[in-house]
Amino acid sequence: MSLDYENDGALHAKLIEEVLSQYPDKAAKRRKKHLSVAKSGDEAGEEGEVLSECDVKSNIKSIPGVMTIRGCAYAGSKGVVWGPVKDMVHISHGPVGCGQYSWSQRRNYYVGTTGIDTFGTMQFTSDFQEKDIVFGGDKKLEQIIDEIEELFPLNNGITVQSECPIGLIGDDTEAVSRNKAKEHEKTIVPVRCEGFRGVSQSLGHHIANDSIRDWVFEKKDVEFEAGPYEVNVIGDYNIGGDAWASRILLEEIGLRVVGNWSGDATLAEIERAPKAKLNLIHCYRSMNYICRHMEEKYGVAWMEYNFFGPSQIEASLRKIAKHFGPEIEEKAEKVIAKYRPLVDAVIAKYRPRLEGNTVMLYVGGLRPRHVITAYEDLGMVIVGTGYEFAHNDDYQRTGHYVKNGTLIYDDVTGYELEKFIEGVRPNLVGSGIKEKYPVQKMGIPFRQMHSWDYSGPYHGYDGFAIFARDVDLAINNPVWGLYQAPWKTSPSHGRAMAAE
Amino acid sequence: MPQSAEKVLDHAPLFREPEYRQMLAEKKLNFECPHPDQIVTDQREFTKTWEYREKNLAREALVVNPAKACQPLGAVFAAAGFERTMSFVHGSQGCVAYYRSHLSRHFKEPASAVSSSMTEDAAVFGGLKNMVDGLANTYQLYDPKMIAVSTTCMAEVIGDDLHSFIENAKDENSVPRDFDVPFAHTPAFVGSHVDGYDGMVKGILEHFWKGQERTEAAGTINIIPGFDGFCVGNNRELKRLLDLMGVSYTFIQDASDQFDTPSDGEYRMYDGGTKIDDVKAALNAEATLSLQHYNTRKTLEYCEQVGQATASFHYPLGVQATDEFLMKVSAISGKEIPETIRLERGRLIDAMADSQSWLHGKKYAIYGDPDFVYAMARFVMETGGEPTHCLATNGSSAWEAEMKELLASSPFGKDAQVWSGKDLWAMRSLLFTEPVDLLIGNSYGKYLERDTGTPLIRLMFPIFDRHHHHRFALMGYQGGLRVLTTILDKIFDKLDRETSETGVTDYSYDLTR
Repeated sequence: MSLDYENDGALHAKLIEEVLSQYPDKAAKRRKKHLSVAKSGDEAGEEGEVLSECDVKSNIKSIPGVMTIRGCAYAGSKGVVWGPVKDMVHISHGPVGCGQYSWSQRRNYYVGTTGIDTFGTMQFTSDFQEKDIVFGGDKKLEQIIDEIEELFPLNNGITVQSECPIGLIGDDTEAVSRNKAKEHEKTIVPVRCEGFRGVSQSLGHHIANDSIRDWVFEKKDVEFEAGPYEVNVIGDYNIGGDAWASRILLEEIGLRVVGNWSGDATLAEIERAPKAKLNLIHCYRSMNYICRHMEEKYGVAWMEYNFFGPSQIEASLRKIAKHFGPEIEEKAEKVIAKYRPLVDAVIAKYRPRLEGNTVMLYVGGLRPRHVITAYEDLGMVIVGTGYEFAHNDDYQRTGHYVKNGTLIYDDVTGYELEKFIEGVRPNLVGSGIKEKYPVQKMGIPFRQMHSWDYSGPYHGYDGFAIFARDVDLAINNPVWGLYQAPWKTSPSHGRAMAAE
Repeated sequence: MPQSAEKVLDHAPLFREPEYRQMLAEKKLNFECPHPDQIVTDQREFTKTWEYREKNLAREALVVNPAKACQPLGAVFAAAGFERTMSFVHGSQGCVAYYRSHLSRHFKEPASAVSSSMTEDAAVFGGLKNMVDGLANTYQLYDPKMIAVSTTCMAEVIGDDLHSFIENAKDENSVPRDFDVPFAHTPAFVGSHVDGYDGMVKGILEHFWKGQERTEAAGTINIIPGFDGFCVGNNRELKRLLDLMGVSYTFIQDASDQFDTPSDGEYRMYDGGTKIDDVKAALNAEATLSLQHYNTRKTLEYCEQVGQATASFHYPLGVQATDEFLMKVSAISGKEIPETIRLERGRLIDAMADSQSWLHGKKYAIYGDPDFVYAMARFVMETGGEPTHCLATNGSSAWEAEMKELLASSPFGKDAQVWSGKDLWAMRSLLFTEPVDLLIGNSYGKYLERDTGTPLIRLMFPIFDRHHHHRFALMGYQGGLRVLTTILDKIFDKLDRETSETGVTDYSYDLTR
């Protein structure tokens, strides 16, 4: 039920001009390529109608000193792709900080006995000291792996997540991993995700994908035969339980999920994945690489889908079912019908409270487009969106989602985002923890769109109800009406509505 | 179907619904290839034994769940305590995203810092160009009064020299020649965040004091608080005490306003902090006092070099530690401790006397930064408690010796053990083998609370999963009152929980305690 609206492109163009005027010339010239206003696009083929063109440069180096919001390759590998694999120990290899700051922060839910057979919310670090930098850390890594085997014997494997110094001092983590894997008869995966590689988290995703290809696939005899309806879910990190709220739907339409990559995953789920019939990819940005590999090498087809909000869920369920034929299609229709009353009730309850509210988004590599329709299902309007680490193919896909006149910002700087928000004054901003508090200080409601602000799941039908509730409670809380001291200005016009 | 619009269930109740429980059980059975339950149970029980503890404590290389962060976090925190100062961290950009997130999650506040965004080419050629462009951009976009430069480990490993880089950048007009760009090398592979704090504060003082003439202003005092997640409450409380005494003082590094800006519609990127003019004038102070010895070792050395008297404390919390701090201030400033403060002290003692029966003999495990652990152990002993395990991942042998001396000074410390350099996975073994009544630490301790059943009291940075505690002081007599109440609440809540079963234990569910 895509909404029909157009954004104020003239205002947005003016805002872009204004922020660029504040940069030194050299930086202004570089930043200009990352900012644009979406324009009406041409009709497109299979993917549906392209609503607009989002023509910006992306996936290039951030400018020094401007307060980019991006992270690093280590964050992309340890934090995103590998970290959630629950029965493996992930060593943050290098100094203590990287592992400390990323410890338990992505809310990749899992079931297991932490510290015994699962290790998700733990911080394993080699805690590099000066002598390790000077003399190299390979010996230390060997000892660490031995100590892990002794103290955490039920681990099903180990990954070595390299931090910046490892690549600079010339350590050979591959040799250590190979030798120790043989000795302990375990999967040990070295990942060259040093933080200085690439320009953002994105290269870390790619490197992590490649390490699955090179160090996991075909390393063991996998005794598993897949049936006709077996699929993998790729790129769902089970944040707040997203993957579970998705899995339940896929099972209801008659599919079996062999591997969920990588939220709540075990190593076995990764190893068996090439046997499945179809890869369903949610976060295209972080895991398309391995899908392409599995297609080429094992003939596993892949398909993008979107489980944010009922419009996209319905479309995705039908698209997935079509791949498997009439039997599954029939079940999919039943599932859609089963959940329709829930969807109607959620929309009936929340849409009147949210209708017409404007939203600005700034997230990672998928959600800046994927969540748009979920807001629109609630009658809300997306006025601006942008990615931390998207590539050109993501911006192409964004055209299917955003309306003419939408403000587009790639690798936005702290300064730009603040000025854009000030200029647009949206009713809600959805972004990350670093953006949350500045936005709220301005009196604008905010939801974290990486961690679901400690709520979730947001995927699936069950998740949509939670999403709607959360957006409502953010926008309609009475606190926003209390910002002005009454003796300073005329009484403020709060727009709070009591919770229902 | 468990979900409904009338009563929306989020993750906590949703996944306890039968549909999801069954789905997860089948996932485990059919797809996860788990270890048999018995093996998992056996291993879990084994980790509770003395045998496992010995292996665990014998670890030499692997660190699991440490209670420390890296140097640049301390430097970024330190810079946030100066007027309109932007932190500029030279090296990889991901690090800066981490520091900002880490600070924001604790303070529930904006945390600004920029990076020089070095990538693979900078690793080969050095990051000079990044520094030159970066300083120019930061200066123009964020209108700072000072840019405080520190380093990530990448820049340290390749050996970038901040002093010459900054000079170069000034030569290329990135910032005006006379613009203040103090710096500190903050290698993540040396020490911890408390050392990064030390380095940055020293860097700032050196920047302003070097080559300046010192004219001692008798009776004036500088106070350096150290890395403190409770700076918002603590700094304000200490200023109140110093104002009551009428002391002439300067806080060197004060992030209490920066990390507690009001919500009134305006986003303040900078707020409060030590004024640059005050940093300059602080050279003339008679003495510099550090509230956290292990956060300021190099800084105090430098203060001595310029001719100031110095003294350091271990996070003045509790009765005697506050007494000593105030008496030292009084001795240097020549100002008497006023009667109002003596009455405040009396009120803390009064509260401790009222509650002593609930505190006497309670056993504690305490972990955190070295000065905090020292302070807590001391206060616990003042209440008649026993600090059974005192652990600081970033504690040194000097700290260990000081702790042992403190513990030997009281009969309540006679069974205490000091664990320097150990982590929270070691603490897990300690809690299983030698259990205590209460655990004092930070949010990471919640996993220990879950695994061992030891109630956790959050009094140390970082606190992510409880809100606003850092807005209240822990230091001074007022702070002591808050710490006391927090501990007592934990004790009473636990007792109520344990005696609340109707008809079974509820005879002990007393109305008055």
